[in-house]
Amino acid sequence: MGIPAVQLSAVIAVAEMVGSNRIMLAQKIVNPVGNADLDPVEEKKLRRSMVKKALTALQADVEKQTVLR
Amino acid sequence: MIRVAHYVNQFFGGIGGEDKADMPPRLVEGMVGPGKAVQAALGDQGEVVATVICGDNYFAEHVERASEEVRELLRPYKPDLLVAGPAFNAGRYGIACGATCRMAQNNLGIPAITGMYEGNPGVDLYRRDVYIIQTKDSARGMVDAVNKMVTFAGKLLRKENIGRPAEEGYFARGQLINETADRIGAERVVEMLLAKLRGEPFESEVARPVYDRVKPALRIKDIHSATIALVTDGGLVPKGNPDKIEMITATRFGRYDIKNIDTLNPEAYEVSHGGYDSTLVRQDPNRLVPVDAMRDLEREGVIGKLHDTFYSTTGLASIVVIMKKVGQGIAESLKAEGVSGVILTST
Repeated sequence: MGIPAVQLSAVIAVAEMVGSNRIMLAQKIVNPVGNADLDPVEEKKLRRSMVKKALTALQADVEKQTVLR
Repeated sequence: MIRVAHYVNQFFGGIGGEDKADMPPRLVEGMVGPGKAVQAALGDQGEVVATVICGDNYFAEHVERASEEVRELLRPYKPDLLVAGPAFNAGRYGIACGATCRMAQNNLGIPAITGMYEGNPGVDLYRRDVYIIQTKDSARGMVDAVNKMVTFAGKLLRKENIGRPAEEGYFARGQLINETADRIGAERVVEMLLAKLRGEPFESEVARPVYDRVKPALRIKDIHSATIALVTDGGLVPKGNPDKIEMITATRFGRYDIKNIDTLNPEAYEVSHGGYDSTLVRQDPNRLVPVDAMRDLEREGVIGKLHDTFYSTTGLASIVVIMKKVGQGIAESLKAEGVSGVILTST
């Protein structure tokens, strides 16, 4: 039995190409789960909301490649 | 005189059909069935000294054991070459032919050759390990297939240079071999481009990677008791890069302890990745591996546990077959550690 994995990538096309089944759009290539333009408190809030969203992808039934934007 | 051993299934061995598919390997001296075509192709250069016949189900269900049994049956005959099949489009037979060829190369130390149709699952399973001649999909192509196999085997025995897959008629083995070209790359690539624009055939010198498609894993049912692991291909490593993960074309991964760590400290980490500007990640590694946010969620009971280890490799100019092994290694480790789900961050 496999382990569900969600790939956070700023380049969805690559994640699709390599065959990831659960895909979520990341912020940028250089900081997938961050945003250096925000102050540290806001940035951590953003990261928290992103990983929470990623957790929903792990809890979702998926039949084929699915992208969470 | 070349001493040739031949492997065939129960059907080509004249034992029977599906009713005999559970038959373990047995040895017959001399040639059987398609062995006559092998002998004809050999002429007076060689002799089929022994034939092993084995049921398709028996082999496919016990690949390791059956390979060893075939090896022990053949060993006393001291063959110089193993010919297996050809298996055409018969899947279990193809697996058996691929496995016996690999066994002959690795354990008997002799060259081996088989033949299959392109759709045979044995092709993908064994083409990296052994030479598989491309055949038609049915035994109507027997004589042609056997002639090609035996001719090619002669080159292996004489240790001649083996040409490209398309020239020689075998399935590409995924090997890169240096060769000298008479024209520089720029000339060759422009010629290919012009051919493409004219709608003429051309052959790229770079094989396109083939990616697996896997069935999506089942969802996590109870997130509050789940252990979530963080994995990245962005090359985050502890200072000093203890596992020496390559900055480009990585061949390995690292596993790093984050037990009792609330946030990744920039002083403790560096980035081994030559493909993106890692300034922002080096300033705050949580931007790549979100330990701080996940630790909070663990504390609040949103998830059961943040896994004690994060995994890291470098995804840049990677070789698919190597990365597949890296991915399998990470997955096996995560599974052994009882992880329920993974957040993979990619740069």
